[in-house]
Amino acid sequence: MGKKIRVLVAKPGLDGHDRGALVISQALRDHGMEVIYTGLRQSPVQIAQAAIQEDVDVIGLSSLSGAHKTLFPKVIEELEKRDAADIPVIGGGVIPSEDIPYLLEKGVKKIFTSGSSTDLLANYIKELIEPGKKQNQPPKKIAHME
Amino acid sequence: MDEKHHAEKANWEKLVDQTLKRFPERSQNFTTSSSIKVKRLYDSEPESNQLGYPGEYPYTRGIQSTMYRSRLWTMRQYAGFGSAKETNKRFRYLLEQGQTGLSIAFDLPTQIGYDSDDAMSEGEVGKVGVAIDTLADMEQLLDGIPLDKVSTSMTINAPASVLLCMYLAVGDKQGVSLSKLTGTIQNDILKEYIARGTYIFPPKPSMRLITNIFEFCHDYVPKFNTISISGYHIREAGSNAVQEVAFTIANGMAYVDAAIESGLEVDDFAPRLAFFFNAHNNFFEEIAKFRAARRIWAKIMKERYHAKSEKSWKLRFHTQTGGSTLTAQQPDNNIVRVTMQALAAVLGGTQSLHTNSRDEALSLPTEESARIALRTQQIIAYESGVADTIDPLAGSYYVESLTLEIEKEVQKYLERIDDIGGAVKAVEEGYMQREIHQNAYQIQKNIENQEEIIVGLNKFQLEEEVEPDLLKVDETLEKEQIASLIKIKHERDENAVQKALATLRDDACQPQVNLMPAILEAVKAYCSVGEICNVFREEFGEYTGV
Repeated sequence: MGKKIRVLVAKPGLDGHDRGALVISQALRDHGMEVIYTGLRQSPVQIAQAAIQEDVDVIGLSSLSGAHKTLFPKVIEELEKRDAADIPVIGGGVIPSEDIPYLLEKGVKKIFTSGSSTDLLANYIKELIEPGKKQNQPPKKIAHME
Repeated sequence: MDEKHHAEKANWEKLVDQTLKRFPERSQNFTTSSSIKVKRLYDSEPESNQLGYPGEYPYTRGIQSTMYRSRLWTMRQYAGFGSAKETNKRFRYLLEQGQTGLSIAFDLPTQIGYDSDDAMSEGEVGKVGVAIDTLADMEQLLDGIPLDKVSTSMTINAPASVLLCMYLAVGDKQGVSLSKLTGTIQNDILKEYIARGTYIFPPKPSMRLITNIFEFCHDYVPKFNTISISGYHIREAGSNAVQEVAFTIANGMAYVDAAIESGLEVDDFAPRLAFFFNAHNNFFEEIAKFRAARRIWAKIMKERYHAKSEKSWKLRFHTQTGGSTLTAQQPDNNIVRVTMQALAAVLGGTQSLHTNSRDEALSLPTEESARIALRTQQIIAYESGVADTIDPLAGSYYVESLTLEIEKEVQKYLERIDDIGGAVKAVEEGYMQREIHQNAYQIQKNIENQEEIIVGLNKFQLEEEVEPDLLKVDETLEKEQIASLIKIKHERDENAVQKALATLRDDACQPQVNLMPAILEAVKAYCSVGEICNVFREEFGEYTGV
């Protein structure tokens, strides 16, 4: 077994809706990843710092308050300032499809909108971090939650 | 059951056995959202059912003796976005369309006590609600709206005292006496720690602010609902129906305990406690949930807290249809979901109702979507006939059985929370948060395994989705709001501001002092929400999560 994929799940801005972030954190753990969840109200600076400190392979941002167009690109800027632009950033939440091209242009790798399955997300991350590696089937059973 | 019935039932069972051989049932195990087993048939009344009459203890059948035959529920659509000026326009539009009460949505900086020019507010100003920095914004928000005729609900929690004082100050300027103002502040901090996330201060000073409001309003603003104890967000965060009721009632008990401990008499504040529930998809379970909640609260207030006033026993509640049940896929289907959820709320005896708009999984609602949502309520009220008799589902074997079952399951949770040491303790230990998260994760798995079907999402999908026109909040708003805040700070009387903030700080340091008079003075001096909350941050500290 290789090294586990490390994921930072972060809530930028003031949005308190963390059901999605928590569910995704749990699902990615069940897919064998190590997940660090930042908790609420993180600034782009805090998120970039945490990503570097925790040496993560990917950052997942969640926003349901409409602030994604401001905050997602800011996180990428802060990563660039710290020479960490190689850490891919993906996003999710309530994000109108017309905003997606703008976010991709600003460097976000992919946006998962409402209704996306966690298996799809997990497989996307695996392919992103370890391209070409044979992907495991999603687990049939759920590990008990912390 | 008499002999004839026995024979009939045996006959039916035989028929079922034969039918099952050819048509097996769709599921081995039918359950509600709360995992209550749903039987094939309900054919007898549950034992120990305590229905009572409408308007009478324990209020299973509703809190008024005539319910909607006298007065329909209040149609109250939650609205707010962008600037005070824009939101004022939406409010006037909704009132013209026949809405009967206002419900203000504030943006996140306002809800968390930051001014629009605070670094923390970047990107959030005016996004999920209206931006309010000072009394000047509140004056513009309520411009031309007669506060003696319209009741106003405000979704504000950690800084509820500040926004309430702004509302009182606007009423004062309109010449409406405090005793005539009606409305509700959400003011429910415990569910913010549990599920919604707009907390500022730690539990202890937060509970003080809440009891200060109870006391002040009892003396001066007697028609205002001082709190709306909310299960809505607990459900949205992923709880089931039983957990929604249990955690909400446990929180309610914590507020009653805190107020009594601060020296108030239960009957002085309990009549102004209001509740706020969710209406989700499982139709009969939701109806039973509302009926059970009323019965449980009545018993607790009478038996545990020895309240003597009947008003203290009555659980009055607002309902909103379930935002998390809406899909981004085929958004027009959401109109149908909302209709059924709203119907459940009405059959459950709600006092007021917000119906969600079809596009809320995508963004804030457009004016057209908001109108359809309001029309949905009006069709239920005026066309369906369901409001013409009281509690029409009473006596349904299934609904009565579910009502009793939910009551029992809620009791079990309440005992567990009592064992932990009450709701505040349970929140601090993360107990409710864990319970909710486990259920949320299970729901997600059930959807992904197709054990739970969501039309348009995991079945009956479209190849290509057409995205409807969405509401756009003006991106230049943040700058304009900041500019107007700077202007107000420049124009106000700085001496009065400093004096008011100093008094506020003095009062904050003395736990026995009611903070409301000092907040009211500060608001009238055009101190901003951020300035007032920063004084409290410095004196009370900040909550940082479990």
